[in-house]
Formats: sequence, C-alpha cells, structure tokens
Amino acid sequence: MAKLVLDALTAKFPQAVSHTETINGDEIAWIKRDDLHTVAHWLKTDPKMLFDAPVFVTAIDRLDWKPQHRPLAEHWTEDKPRFEVCFQLRSVKYRYRLRLKVSVPEHDPRCPSLSSLYPAFDWQERETFDMYGIRFEGHPDLRRIYLYEEFVGYPLRKDYPKEKRQPLVRRDDLPINPIKATGEDR
Amino acid sequence: MGLEITTTRIEDAAKWAKQSKLERATNWGRKFSLFSYPFVTACCGMEFMSVAGPKYDLARFGAEFPRFSPRQSDLLMVVGTITEKQGPALKRVFDQMAEPKWVLAFGVCASTGGFYQNYHAMPGCDQVIPVDVYIPGCPPRPEQVLDAMIMLMDRIQSGRGHSQLRTKREDIIAAQQAGTEE
Repeated sequence: MAKLVLDALTAKFPQAVSHTETINGDEIAWIKRDDLHTVAHWLKTDPKMLFDAPVFVTAIDRLDWKPQHRPLAEHWTEDKPRFEVCFQLRSVKYRYRLRLKVSVPEHDPRCPSLSSLYPAFDWQERETFDMYGIRFEGHPDLRRIYLYEEFVGYPLRKDYPKEKRQPLVRRDDLPINPIKATGEDR
Repeated sequence: MGLEITTTRIEDAAKWAKQSKLERATNWGRKFSLFSYPFVTACCGMEFMSVAGPKYDLARFGAEFPRFSPRQSDLLMVVGTITEKQGPALKRVFDQMAEPKWVLAFGVCASTGGFYQNYHAMPGCDQVIPVDVYIPGCPPRPEQVLDAMIMLMDRIQSGRGHSQLRTKREDIIAAQQAGTEE
C-alpha cells in the first residue's frame, strides 16, 4: 500500500532519495543526509501524506557492512558509511508506514535532527547519541540521557569492548576480586 | 572481596569468638530485631514481597517490617540489579545507616551481576559495599531467603558481621595504642 508513498517521494525529490526498497513489508527510503529535513517536512505537511506520528529513531552499526543482496548503490561511498540512522514515521490518517534511513560515515557522524518537526524525537535522538555517538545537528539539547557524564565512548557500537566497565564508585577498603574486575584496566 | 582478607577475618573471628555475657545478650537482641531496608531495583522485588508477605513471613525471624529510611534500619537488602550509575546512591544509603549494620545480597544480580556482562551492570554490589550473606538464584526461592536470614542471624550472634568485626578491630587497635602510650 505504501509503495505509493515511496513512488510519490521519489517523484517529488528525485535528487534527495538515493533509492527505495521494501523489506518484509516495511517501506524504506534512503535519503541523502543534507536533504533529510526537507523531505521530512514535506512528508509531515503534505495533505496527501500527513506523516504526523513519530515512532522511533535508532541507529544501526554496520561495522563490516557490505551490500550482499544488491549491487553497490549510489549512496555507497569509498569511506564506508558505517552507521545507518533510521527514522520510523507513521501517518495516522492514511495508515502509511515509512522508514527514512540516512547513511552516516564513521569519521563524520553527523545527521540532521528532526526534533524541530517532531518534538517526540528529542529524547530518542539523545538516546541514539548516547549509545552510538551520532551528532544530531540542530538538536536543542544534545547530551547523554541514560549514561552518566563521566562515561567515555559509546557502548552500543560494535567495537566497544563487551566487558569494559567504567565505574563511578568502588570500595576503597578491600582489594577487588580480579575475576570480577575483568576489563577494569582495558 | 579479596581472599586473603576474608581468611584473616575468619581467623580474627575465631580469635574473638570468646564473647562476654553482655556481648552475647546484645547480639541476641540484635539478631531478633532486624529492621530491613529493601533497596529494590529489579524483578527480585516480587520475590522479596513474597518472602515478606504472610505466606513465607519473614517477620517470624524478627525482621518485622521494612523501614524505608536507612537511618532507622540495620539490614540493607540489595534486591536486584545494581547499575554503575546507581553505585553512588547505594554507597550513600549504606553510609547513612547506623552501626552495626548488615548487608544481604538478594539474587545473582546483586551478588555477581548475574547474566549482565556489559557496560552498565555492576558485577555485584560487593564492589561498593561489604556484603555479609549472598543469596543465589534468579530469583531466589523464598526458602533460600529464609535460609540466608538464619545464616545472617547466626553470624550476628557470633559477632562475625562485617561491621561488628570492624568495630571490634577498631576497639582492639585503640586499646593497644592506649596501652603503648601508657
């Protein structure tokens, strides 16, 4: 049903949409990074679309990502876009579902923020920043939301060591069991 | 908890096992009037409610009802997963409790971190506070909790709780220093 949305989106923004796909009934549009805000604004305000319900924001870490089931697409660049940032939107009136995906390379993890359009994305983008380190440009208050300020690194990245601990407080009267403190000094 | 320190403490306890009548009476009173502070953070809290409820009835052992102020309680029950972010809060609650005080680690998460092996979970609350009795289980059966409570009461009676040993050691050191100064 929502193939219609993808077609309309591609017709409206031929430059901004790098390609579209449908996986397991989910319509996905890959948007170029600089045009994300324009596209989302159109999707929200156009009377044929009316994507008024934000569902979630998250990121996917493709540390060793290579497109296996399709040829190298236009959005694939030499610096290997490591992260995908997903914005799931829903149109309550027309019952459309649409996922916008943005490729973000590792050395420049920026992504436009949609929190000005959808205020509910504010905390979700903060969570994505907290866990993956994606900098959302134009976000009003981009700081950690779950973890403490002293935390270094982004724990849901695939290269974060599984057993690395960053303790805030430890006992000072007894030595810590070395088995329990695995990864303490990593 | 370092192994060598633990063994030292057990030897100390054997050395100090000789209690005066007054100490014995005091510890007898302490073990039957435990006021617990449930530091409930996760799903083990359900099991704690079951233990505290009328069917298993923790109140039989003198732990009559939970006090929700650390200053009025002497048994800290750490019930559930402790995250690294929660460590300072747990330590502060423990520090606010008046001596003598005891700690019960309820469930594997509070004892060792359980199945959480990642960036946010603390590998056992004994990284922050000294624990007297560990209860395994995810969540523990109420019988295990009652067993642990009896073990803790034995420990209190024989004066082997962490805070009791610490107080006693401090007293002995102070007495030795006073003796040498004279």
